[in-house]
Amino acid sequence: MELQKPTPRPGLVLEVDRSTPPILFHHGEGFRLESLPAGRSRVLYPGEPLNPIEDPDGAIRESLLNPIGEDPLPSKLFAGMKLTIVFDDISLPLPPMRRPDIRQRIIEIVLDLAAEAGVDDVHIIAALALHRRMTEDELRHAVGDRVYDAFAPSGLLYNMDAEDPDEMVMLGETSSGEEVQMVKRAVESDLVVYVNINMVSMNGGWKSTATGLSGYKGIRHHHNVDTLLKSSLMDHTDSEFHNRNWRQGDVIKAAGVKIFQVETTVNNNVFGTQGPMSVLQKREWEWSARDRASFLAMQKGLQVMPNKARRRVFQNHLAPYGMTSVQSGEVEAVHDKAVGHMMEQQLVQIEGQADILTMGLPYLSPYNVNSILNPILVMCLGLGYYFNMYRNKPLVREGGVIIMSHPTPIEFHPVHHPSYIDFFEQVLPDTTDGHKIAHKYEKQFAEDEWYRHLYRTSYAYHGVHPLYMWYWGSNAMNHAGRIIIVGGNVTAVRRMGFTPATTLNDALEIASDVVGPQPTITHLHNPPLVMADVV
Amino acid sequence: MPSPLLGRDRVKVLARGVAQQAKRNLRGRTRVPFPYAAPPIPASVELPEANRNIGGDYETDWARRPSARVARSAIVETMLRPAIAAVAKPERLGTDRLKALDPDQPAIFVANHHSHLDTSLLLTSIPHQWRYRLVVAAAADYFFDKRVKAVVSALAIGAIPIDRRSTGRSSANQAADLINAGNSLLIFPEGGRSPDGWGQSFKGGAAYLAQRCEVPVVPVYIAGTGRVWRKGQKRPRPARTAVVFGDPIYVNESDNTRRLNARIEAAVASLGDEFATDWWQARKRFHDGSAPSMTGPDAASWRRSWALGDRAARERRKPSWPN
Repeated sequence: MELQKPTPRPGLVLEVDRSTPPILFHHGEGFRLESLPAGRSRVLYPGEPLNPIEDPDGAIRESLLNPIGEDPLPSKLFAGMKLTIVFDDISLPLPPMRRPDIRQRIIEIVLDLAAEAGVDDVHIIAALALHRRMTEDELRHAVGDRVYDAFAPSGLLYNMDAEDPDEMVMLGETSSGEEVQMVKRAVESDLVVYVNINMVSMNGGWKSTATGLSGYKGIRHHHNVDTLLKSSLMDHTDSEFHNRNWRQGDVIKAAGVKIFQVETTVNNNVFGTQGPMSVLQKREWEWSARDRASFLAMQKGLQVMPNKARRRVFQNHLAPYGMTSVQSGEVEAVHDKAVGHMMEQQLVQIEGQADILTMGLPYLSPYNVNSILNPILVMCLGLGYYFNMYRNKPLVREGGVIIMSHPTPIEFHPVHHPSYIDFFEQVLPDTTDGHKIAHKYEKQFAEDEWYRHLYRTSYAYHGVHPLYMWYWGSNAMNHAGRIIIVGGNVTAVRRMGFTPATTLNDALEIASDVVGPQPTITHLHNPPLVMADVV
Repeated sequence: MPSPLLGRDRVKVLARGVAQQAKRNLRGRTRVPFPYAAPPIPASVELPEANRNIGGDYETDWARRPSARVARSAIVETMLRPAIAAVAKPERLGTDRLKALDPDQPAIFVANHHSHLDTSLLLTSIPHQWRYRLVVAAAADYFFDKRVKAVVSALAIGAIPIDRRSTGRSSANQAADLINAGNSLLIFPEGGRSPDGWGQSFKGGAAYLAQRCEVPVVPVYIAGTGRVWRKGQKRPRPARTAVVFGDPIYVNESDNTRRLNARIEAAVASLGDEFATDWWQARKRFHDGSAPSMTGPDAASWRRSWALGDRAARERRKPSWPN
């Protein structure tokens, strides 16, 4: 008899009382257990991981054969055609998933169909936009050894280069004057199959191609302070960021680029249900003796490790994500369905805003996989990503306080983030105002020949990337009355214009200057990812 | 106004107060905090509710008891694995494809056969989920002809006797019963080791069992073991080997044993092609029917030996991380 898997429990809003145990805060490559004030604090817990699709390969094949708003993929494949398969880069999923990666599964099935149809001219491209190039190991992890060995040696699997003038083309302008730029090979192909993994609702849709296959000339029209100030990045129904990408999508469509979109969603099984890290996705009052022993061993072990070793331990963790949906076909229809599936996993309803929002920031953001979470990325993770994980309105009221927990060391990966170092040392001492930064420094960072060289030939993020990360936090910085970082490097925190605090109690004390005594508090228990539907 | 305490009464009250304070202090100091102690439970939540005994008749039930399985795991890990690593230097490819299988369900692993090393190589390559409950179909006339060999074969590799000289039902029934009881099966359907380096046509036993028990078949291609210890060679000579796992093959309604057997053979051949060239070339050839056969050209023995030279395996680069 087959045992039925238990139904995963949905997310939870816990009202903190005197019986509530200390709550887990991620703190970079470490953890803190913090007691929140009883009677006026709430904790937003994510739902348990949804049961994954049991036969992902079968589901992918089924989806390709029965797409939404498009003819079946095999009918679009023919001998002599130019086929380009594009896939999301190292920034997705987070942390990287255990093998086989979903991208490998999809690409292999697409290639199998292409082989059956006699397609010879196939290019496989990592959609980097302005991100760093993926290394061979990372490409192998994403697409699998079979695909890598078959295509990479002959130069048919590669990272895109958004600064190569011969390989990028301008497709035109939107009705609002936004330029649209794209990889030439994709434009010239008879079919582009975009292979996507959705982690947050910002991913996917026209952003995949309008941003993912674009260079600075196209991206600058939505990666700017004015766009990001207007709304949450994560609420795709009410986001200026999305509106601009969608307008660029219209230009891509009008230019005749044929895109077959494949979007997938995963559950939030970040730390697994077994093993020492599984404790990190359990609710604290359900920690067993073994969980507590694992946690203590992990915490004490991490405390005595040097930074580098600690970082390696975390960066080596691969998430046992399970695929919860796959849909393919027409871009917008596919995206709507994928976002629906994602919300089933991530959305938790919560009533009203709080005076203070607290969050523990982990070791990883989309831009430091196999790298270092430098102070700019700490800011971006907290204020750009976690703060924006809401629908309707932010978790914290306007003028409230955001308290983040992270060591915020002044450490940078010199290969991956060279322009971040200059941004931190030269720009932030001058100003932290997004508009001023854009006006005074953006052109300089975007067009710097040395950064350009490193982006194209080394493994560096584009020169303008740290500025974009700073813009990413604009909405939160504009919304909050004060931003406090607990346990952070004082110099780094102050340079970014925030307030340092040693402990959470100190931070709450400092916050009372802004929000008054006895403030209400909401803690975002994240990761795994949770999206607040604030009603 | 209450009267002031005097003398012994005053001392008693003071002593009681000190004792109570000390008790309070002690309690505060000895209370073990979370996570050293079990967590308290918030008021608003509810906690959630897991005998002839030789040849084909040799009785191998004892070798599937938990103690024997544990002993076998120890033999594999402490003896076979180091030995295989020393002489065969195996590269294991395609294990990710096994993730499509339900680890709680049995499967039939089907491989080509060049050498006595093949079984040991696969026992150290098949993931633990299936290996722990794996039985190996072994020739009754070779592995179970003597009692000592039978005991060693059953214990060390989990062998069950298959009578390859007659098509009796007892071997098939035994194998089917074991699969139905949740054991996976490793079988070499060529019926024996390759005599000349080329493969031999597959016999239908694996396909028959897959159909009868409705379990998936995992095609496996083994390369290089013939160079280490081919049939007739006296002692092994170290060389590189590889094990390539293929996508599981599920039984279709339209399949009969012959068609399923042909699919299995083609899948193993395609894995061989994938190993010799690359996955993309192999898939293209598989689909257009031009995949090279495992059995080699139908020609004189010298020409068959000559043609073996064309099947050189590619060199694989080790992954590297740039500084």
